[in-house]
Amino acid sequence: MIPNAETPTPAWETTGSPVIKIIGIGTAGVSLLENLATAEFAAAHRVAVSTDQPSLNVSTTPAKLLLEAKGLRGLGTGGDAERGYALAEENVAVLKSACAGAQVVLLLAGLGGGAGSGITPVVARVARESGALVLAFVTLPFDCEGNRRSAQAKASLAQIKAVADGVICLPNQKAYKLIDEHTSVVDTFRITGALLLEAIRGIWQLMTRPGLIQIHLADLCALVRDKNAEGVFAFVEASGPARSREVIEKLLAHPLLDEGKALAECDAVMVSLMAGSDLTMAEVNRVMEQITRQCERAQVIMGATVDDAWKTRLSVTLITAKHSVPPAPEPNETIAHRPARIAGRPTPTVTPSPSASPAANPGPSPLQMQQREQLVKQHAPGGRRKADGKMKQEMLQLGTITKGRFDKCEPTIHKGEDLDVPTYFRRGMPLN
Amino acid sequence: MFDEANLIVGLEIGTSKICAVIGEINTEGALNIIALGQAPARGVRKGEIVDAPLAEECVRHAIVEAEQMANVEIRDVFLGVTGGHVRGFTNRGVHRVLSADRNITEDDVSDVVKNARAINLPAENSIIHDVRQHFLLDGQAGITNPEGMVGKLLEVDVHVVHGVTNRMQNSVRLVRNLNLEVNEIVFNGLASALALLSSEQKELGALVIDLGGGTTDYVVYVNGVVRHTGVLAVGGDHISNDLGHGLKVPLSRAEKLKVEFGTAVPDEAARGQSITITNEMNLPIKTLNLEHLQRIMSLRLEELFQIIRSDLEEAELLPYIQGGVFICGGGARIPHIAQLAETIFQAPVALGHTGSLSGLKSALDQPEFLTAIGLVKYGSMRSPKPAPAGFLPNLKTMFNRFLPQR
Repeated sequence: MIPNAETPTPAWETTGSPVIKIIGIGTAGVSLLENLATAEFAAAHRVAVSTDQPSLNVSTTPAKLLLEAKGLRGLGTGGDAERGYALAEENVAVLKSACAGAQVVLLLAGLGGGAGSGITPVVARVARESGALVLAFVTLPFDCEGNRRSAQAKASLAQIKAVADGVICLPNQKAYKLIDEHTSVVDTFRITGALLLEAIRGIWQLMTRPGLIQIHLADLCALVRDKNAEGVFAFVEASGPARSREVIEKLLAHPLLDEGKALAECDAVMVSLMAGSDLTMAEVNRVMEQITRQCERAQVIMGATVDDAWKTRLSVTLITAKHSVPPAPEPNETIAHRPARIAGRPTPTVTPSPSASPAANPGPSPLQMQQREQLVKQHAPGGRRKADGKMKQEMLQLGTITKGRFDKCEPTIHKGEDLDVPTYFRRGMPLN
Repeated sequence: MFDEANLIVGLEIGTSKICAVIGEINTEGALNIIALGQAPARGVRKGEIVDAPLAEECVRHAIVEAEQMANVEIRDVFLGVTGGHVRGFTNRGVHRVLSADRNITEDDVSDVVKNARAINLPAENSIIHDVRQHFLLDGQAGITNPEGMVGKLLEVDVHVVHGVTNRMQNSVRLVRNLNLEVNEIVFNGLASALALLSSEQKELGALVIDLGGGTTDYVVYVNGVVRHTGVLAVGGDHISNDLGHGLKVPLSRAEKLKVEFGTAVPDEAARGQSITITNEMNLPIKTLNLEHLQRIMSLRLEELFQIIRSDLEEAELLPYIQGGVFICGGGARIPHIAQLAETIFQAPVALGHTGSLSGLKSALDQPEFLTAIGLVKYGSMRSPKPAPAGFLPNLKTMFNRFLPQR
């Protein structure tokens, strides 16, 4: 990591390893943050922000911020986003110091509750004012959690979108496709958490690993900004000789992509591949061809990263965004009016205007735009054309067990055994 | 010739053969099987269509044969479906009776059934059947009709059979291409059970195993209701495939060997014996070990039954099938299959003959045809009874209603 964290220079744009702070907000955010306490994310500065002591107590994060006010008696915000908002405004100075020095701030929160919905917009704003790129990863509550929570979450999401550079949002309701009748509540939340973490991991890899075909974070932010809140992301991984085909299969079957529907409807797609140094051009090509075929209208940004530790593995991170009809200036309005209504405290009106913080504005400069277009032109379609001829060659299967007439069928798997393979063969009956 | 409104047609698109059965409801409301058409199936694997044009041709043959036999025109069919994707499970619905007098009304009954039906299926699946089992009233089990009773908590168990919509639509599409309407799709296993079991056997508890060419469907009845269903995408084809693989003979030859020498339980007398297979000029090609043939086959069948047994064990239904195990489908023709099933399930075993239909010609009462016959029976239960002409028959049906139903 860069030792000199205090200089807010855009040095990372050239070195490719920015100072990254990951801030978990609210109970959900803190527990998600807990899952990031692995060696992979060791380089990140993690900060946990919450309003109640118990959720911070379980956290192992070194930097903990407890936002407290007398009125709350240490009981948290009680699910009221307005309280969370007021509390955050009171503690702007603390939050500012937490964000200081970071070039990239990733926010983790579960919207719907008091802390997540109330504090996250403020942290996003503060972080951006202190000169960082802000990317928020949030979940929206399940429908069954009640309309108050979902209304709070939606309002908060609009506010975050207005101030953050990018928002990646996972509506928990979508996780219903991943669970069945017997999935426990704990598992369900683990699944939604895991989905969000996959997105973070994908973006983390994007930022910290040297890329062969680099995607700048600014590209990513430009992609997610001003687009539909429910941008979709997917992270899949496969290994072995057929990994590129497997990856595509998994990707298209990914529940969040709605059987590829999300791809077909989106306006922009970012694809990031990561593999060991054995990544072949044909593989990149195969993956990209399949993805671009699904989304012909969309702008495709592609990146590839090589890491020697990833022998035989290939992972693909995909983020899509859809242009939404701009929901009027409503989000700004809420932000402008809200603080006054809550505390009567004079807070600066927050509008994401580029002039207010020129250093912080991560909007694509003309140069970046150029670079990106060049990137798209060079790598996505051109690369595809080059290897087209080699595409058709298939790998020869070298299996010792033949399944005879069931070779091409969907296998019948029962408790891990392929029943299409002759029973005597599986039981090892000698024939002589 | 016949009034076509009273015709009920069952169509089973099986892995090894396609079978269409025409039944007629006579003026007394009884069901008569009048025709059967069959054709060897092509383009079907494991109970599901893999080559639609080929399969369509075969279905056409079977339908035409049945039409010619009965001299009628078929307009609509009850279509049997199966496949490894079909699953069954039981769900309990709960409903609190909120009226002041705690009297259970028709609405309460329909509400509780609706609750039981509201299950969380994968998005691509749809329900084939939801079979209502018994009601529970304030924890008291075994109530068949709670209407008019008094209680505050009404529960019902519903057995839901569901499968992947698109895969079931394949066969529906195929039938529609032949300008036939599909009245309803029916799970093959349930159809077989309907044809096989009498209401007494359903009451006692019975396991029906339909050993088909591509799949094995099984259904458990306890206390007169369906308690469990399952499909294993393993069938007679697998036996042939195993034999072809193990004895190193082509599939067509393996198929013949299976029919000629196959058995479910290895024969002591076969030890050391060998078979010489010959070509069409009666010249010997190859010598095979009969013992190996029998053991390969019996291992497969034994495994198949064991899987079903362990599934029933998990569902805690094994003690309830003392009414017997009924085997139908082409697999019922394997010598000693009953003996094998008896040792594994520890229950009396009977080979499939329809016990619940009268007036069936013995030529049609074969284990292979039971599913299609069951489809007709299912259709007859779903279709409205024909309106008899004249006063006298009307009176007769009126009285029939008071007589105990078969």
